[in-house]
Amino acid sequence: MSADADQRAIRCLVAKVGLDGHDRGAHVIARAFRDAGFEVIYSGLHRAPDEIVQAAVQEDVDVLGISILSGAHNTLVPKVVDGLKEYGAFEDTLILVGGIVPDDDKQKLKEMGVAEVFGPGTPMADTIEFVRNNAPDRA
Amino acid sequence: MSRAEQSDLVDRLLDGDHRALARTISKIENRSPGYRELVSSLHEHTGDAEVIGVTGSPGAGKSTLVDKLAKTYRDRDETVGVIAVDPSSPYTGGSVLGDRIRMASNVGDMDVFFRSMSARGTLGGLSTATGDAVKALDAFGKDKIIVETVGAGQNEIDVVRTADTVVVLVQPGSGDDVQMLKAGILEIGDVFVVNKADMSGASKTVADLEEMIHLQGDPTANLDLGHHGAGGGFEKPEVADSPETSGKNGEGSDGDGEEAWTADVVETVATSGDGVDELIETLAEHRAYLERSGRLTEKARTRYAEEIRTLLREDTGTLLEDEIARRGGMESFVDAVVERETDPYTVADELVEPLRDCLDGGD
Repeated sequence: MSADADQRAIRCLVAKVGLDGHDRGAHVIARAFRDAGFEVIYSGLHRAPDEIVQAAVQEDVDVLGISILSGAHNTLVPKVVDGLKEYGAFEDTLILVGGIVPDDDKQKLKEMGVAEVFGPGTPMADTIEFVRNNAPDRA
Repeated sequence: MSRAEQSDLVDRLLDGDHRALARTISKIENRSPGYRELVSSLHEHTGDAEVIGVTGSPGAGKSTLVDKLAKTYRDRDETVGVIAVDPSSPYTGGSVLGDRIRMASNVGDMDVFFRSMSARGTLGGLSTATGDAVKALDAFGKDKIIVETVGAGQNEIDVVRTADTVVVLVQPGSGDDVQMLKAGILEIGDVFVVNKADMSGASKTVADLEEMIHLQGDPTANLDLGHHGAGGGFEKPEVADSPETSGKNGEGSDGDGEEAWTADVVETVATSGDGVDELIETLAEHRAYLERSGRLTEKARTRYAEEIRTLLREDTGTLLEDEIARRGGMESFVDAVVERETDPYTVADELVEPLRDCLDGGD
């Protein structure tokens, strides 16, 4: 039905996990995503992996963007991934990581199921483009 | 979505699968193909949840209060669903849904199902989508469902009206007593909450609200809406039990309205949780009143009638859009109107004619 068609918006959760208290980057991303026409759910600071999983599952987001500057990605990201798997939400969630991540770790994160890692200085347009091209296509 | 997938989704939802509930709400929001059948098959499983609407201006503390309400209900072993509606950008359609941040008390507790919804600015379908999402939570088996939205305009007011009990949050210092006279969200409250009651000016706000409630008549008393309002759309609001108006209230409600509800004013400090127990008490009293007076059934009936009307408007709208396309598109009609060959009324009349003929044929 034509009146019902095309009400879809890309939903993203922008998440701050762990102890790092710098969320300016997350705010900038949230705003850029909003301006790109996405629906952005911002988690707020100092979230535990469980909380992020709960939010991602309940909000049924297409994209989960995790922002980590503290270097704790190797501990925190796997917990989020496992949590998503537990609820059957891993397969169709595009997981992105933003922040300070050494090259060796990048590879490990990708093997774990993270779609892309965006370091400092990544143009916003690239990130948005990546989301547009890779957000899961759900019926 | 195939029929099998759909009934599988419904089964999983009824079975308590959070992912299935989340996915169902997405389908409802997106108006995905098959969402109507989905909502249809949920209907028979609904009707048990208590639905509470919470509205108020931005920054009044709605989310923090909803968080504390959810926490208190959970402590009493009840399950909770929350739908929080935030506005979307009129330019890009994008939105930042930030209410989840405030849900700190219920972290890790999956029995509080919190879902953010964007107004998506289009088509005025928000209240339909929200109402359908409430159904999904109801069928899932939530005891309490809280719908939270900014009380900015008509659309948002429609949303909280999907609730049995409407809570309006007012913060101290939100204006002089003339604000209380204005039409809009203050008319729809069953319960008023002065949040941030530790701020100066709180007692003045409480007094202003009390005065407003005391003076409030029945805004629909002079309207001949009929009971299920043919042209109406809105159910009759609850009415304050003031001496001047209580006589009028009884008349309009089929004889079962001897008892009227007096809106209560509750003071809370959501950040500390002060006053939340009193609020829950008041909500329970309102619920009891609704059940005792038969208003609950009446409200449900009005809501279903309105829902049917909304769907009919949507569906006939779609049929007519198709008809316009078949006859060469809107532009050609506009051209003719601009050229003064015809006028909008005549065009509308011509387009509706076949529909009218069909339906009249049954007489």
